[in-house]
Amino acid sequence: MGRFFGRRINFGDLVVQLLQVVVLVIVVVALYNTITTGRYTSRHWVSLIFAGLAQGSIYALIALGYTMVYGILRMINFAHGEVYMAGAFSTVFLAQHFASNGFLNAQPVLAITVLILFAALVSMAVAFLLERIAYRPLRNAPRLIPLITAIGASFTLQYTFRGFYGTQFRSYPEVTALRGTVSLFGYSIPIVQLVVLAAAVVLMFVLYWYVERTKAGKAMRAVSEDKAVARLMGIDIDKVIVTTFLIGGALAGAAGVFNGLYRPQGVYYFMGFFPGVKAFTAAVLGGIGNIPGAMVGGLVLGMLESLGPNAILEGLGIPGANQLKDVIAFTFLVLILIFRPQGIFGERLREKKV
Amino acid sequence: MSKKAFTTLALLVITSLVLVACGAPSSPTTPGEAPSAEAGCSDAIGCVEVGPGESLEIAYALTVSGATAFLGEDSRGAIEIAVAEWGEIHGHAIALSGEDTGCNIEGGQAAGVRLAAQPNLLAVIGTNCSSEAVGGLPAISEAGLLMCSPSNTAPGLTDPNENWAPGYFRTAHNDLFQGRVAAEFAYNELGARTAATIHDGSPYAEQLQAVFASVFAELGGTVTFQGAVNENDTDMRAILTSIAADSPDALYYPIFEPAGNFITAQSSEISGLEDTVLMGADGLFADGFPGRSGPNSVGMYLSGPYVAAGSAYDDFLGKWADQIGGVPPSGFHAHAYDCTNMVLTAIQSVAQVGADGTLLIGRQALRDAMSATSGFAGLTGNLTCNEYGDCATGEALAVFEITQAELDGNWPPPVVYQP
Repeated sequence: MGRFFGRRINFGDLVVQLLQVVVLVIVVVALYNTITTGRYTSRHWVSLIFAGLAQGSIYALIALGYTMVYGILRMINFAHGEVYMAGAFSTVFLAQHFASNGFLNAQPVLAITVLILFAALVSMAVAFLLERIAYRPLRNAPRLIPLITAIGASFTLQYTFRGFYGTQFRSYPEVTALRGTVSLFGYSIPIVQLVVLAAAVVLMFVLYWYVERTKAGKAMRAVSEDKAVARLMGIDIDKVIVTTFLIGGALAGAAGVFNGLYRPQGVYYFMGFFPGVKAFTAAVLGGIGNIPGAMVGGLVLGMLESLGPNAILEGLGIPGANQLKDVIAFTFLVLILIFRPQGIFGERLREKKV
Repeated sequence: MSKKAFTTLALLVITSLVLVACGAPSSPTTPGEAPSAEAGCSDAIGCVEVGPGESLEIAYALTVSGATAFLGEDSRGAIEIAVAEWGEIHGHAIALSGEDTGCNIEGGQAAGVRLAAQPNLLAVIGTNCSSEAVGGLPAISEAGLLMCSPSNTAPGLTDPNENWAPGYFRTAHNDLFQGRVAAEFAYNELGARTAATIHDGSPYAEQLQAVFASVFAELGGTVTFQGAVNENDTDMRAILTSIAADSPDALYYPIFEPAGNFITAQSSEISGLEDTVLMGADGLFADGFPGRSGPNSVGMYLSGPYVAAGSAYDDFLGKWADQIGGVPPSGFHAHAYDCTNMVLTAIQSVAQVGADGTLLIGRQALRDAMSATSGFAGLTGNLTCNEYGDCATGEALAVFEITQAELDGNWPPPVVYQP
């Protein structure tokens, strides 16, 4: 404790505030350097922003699964990245079939809807089994045990799907209707990025409406608030938990198809791991347990990854900026946790919830 | 934990430590103490004795699973064909075992340690990726084994000041050569004057792009950007945007799939790269690469191993179709075939045949016989090994162009340039 301008201040707070100023100065200097070199035109920046938003909306959809499960069970479901992989990997074969018989390009809207439904079904089935087999028996176990189980479940799912479909890389077929760009304020934006972004935002609003406006959503919020009291009110806790896993799975499956439209290559059994970690980061960034937080966290993370290397690292003269893309994302996560431990939208958790 | 349980556990740990300490000296992995080191062996690093009715043991160390399985399967098929052709040496059958190396340093190291622990193993055919050799070679070399790689191309592996170790040989071209060919092709044939490169941090890609960049600059070109991505990255827009700011004439990314697929597919989304020619190397030389990368791969150039058509190569392809089926999935099968034949020839020449048919094979003698290889008529040309294990002829390399036909399933692509 000390005195500073007649105000009593805490030493820890002072360090945090100094750190805030230092970070701000570094970012401003880096941005200034990058912008004054004039290496990139506004066209480049707009293209990076939209790519970041499209990638971010995929992170956001996966992040919702993390955040909802955390909200209800106070547990990090680390196998959620594999739920996403299951949907994306299984659907690639259907997508290739649709492409080879011409259905995908003749009826793109219908075909993509079928693909999304199929991926959502597969992911829901995996999420359902996960909850039943791996998590439910451990509902009352100490908190570390479901966490370790989740990591084990993650490996089990990866290698099960490796057994199903092999180790080969697959690619989603290209959808002719999504090829090309549209002009927006004089900038050309790839159609596929806008479609992915719009579809993801629609799904998020549907989810928000479901949780906030329906009776089932109300039950979900009640369970999240206090399980014991919710049970006394006649809410079937098991049913609510299963529903939560199913919704998270459906969103992850949809994210798998959106990812296939946006980034068709590199579909294989390990594809869920990194998006899973990123989506978890997004959920923490937005405030874990908070649904709008996961959405915003995902979009912010996508933009940071996309803009960070060129805008900040290059401005600081750091070599190999693009290899450090993940460093930007995780540094930002650390900073958020220092300055705002509850995340962007999170509330400070009450002792009881923690 | 109760006190009793703790005491029991502690006693168990101590007992096991004592047992491990006592067990170490009798380990059979040291070549000098291998069971074969008997009266007849005068070899500096030990001998392998193959008794009557026993098989000669060789092994492959290849990346036979995962993203780079096309490389491993390509080499493994050729090794199996060569072994089947030999059938036996001095009346002893040839037993081929194998390790999966996974195209990374850790996989190579794990495989190297397991191979080094086999007391009667004579030689290893492998590895595929240069990183695997960096990880595995120390253990393999120390165990007295002979190693011949069909597709390691990193310059450091035959440089005694870097990764080279005794017993290492390769029939693959050195990237000092591949990088030069790619740079000369870009500068002289494509007329490129500016170029950018991307690597993924692997020894192979990093060294190859460095050679390309220095030769390109030597020729008079300008290297506008040298950057790196992570092998697991999926979004390449940021690095492509950095590159597009200078609109280079050529973009050289000698990396692997799937990162190479993502760069190829996303290159058309960035303004400023419309006129940039895409170039890759043998790491992307896979039959599925055009299909997995999409239409942008049409017009892309890949440097890669090339075997001139001839009756010997046609015979080989015929055997492949019979024994394995189809066509080889990548371009290093001829190199693997040559490696196997050179190794088996060396074994045949140094083996001392006893009265009862027992073979005594000196490990140093085997290495010496391999380095003495000169004018060996292989599928990839006439091979002569130098003292640090480079046996490649330099003839077996070309630049290929991917066309619409490759996107539709044809393989291999047509050759457009040969040094």
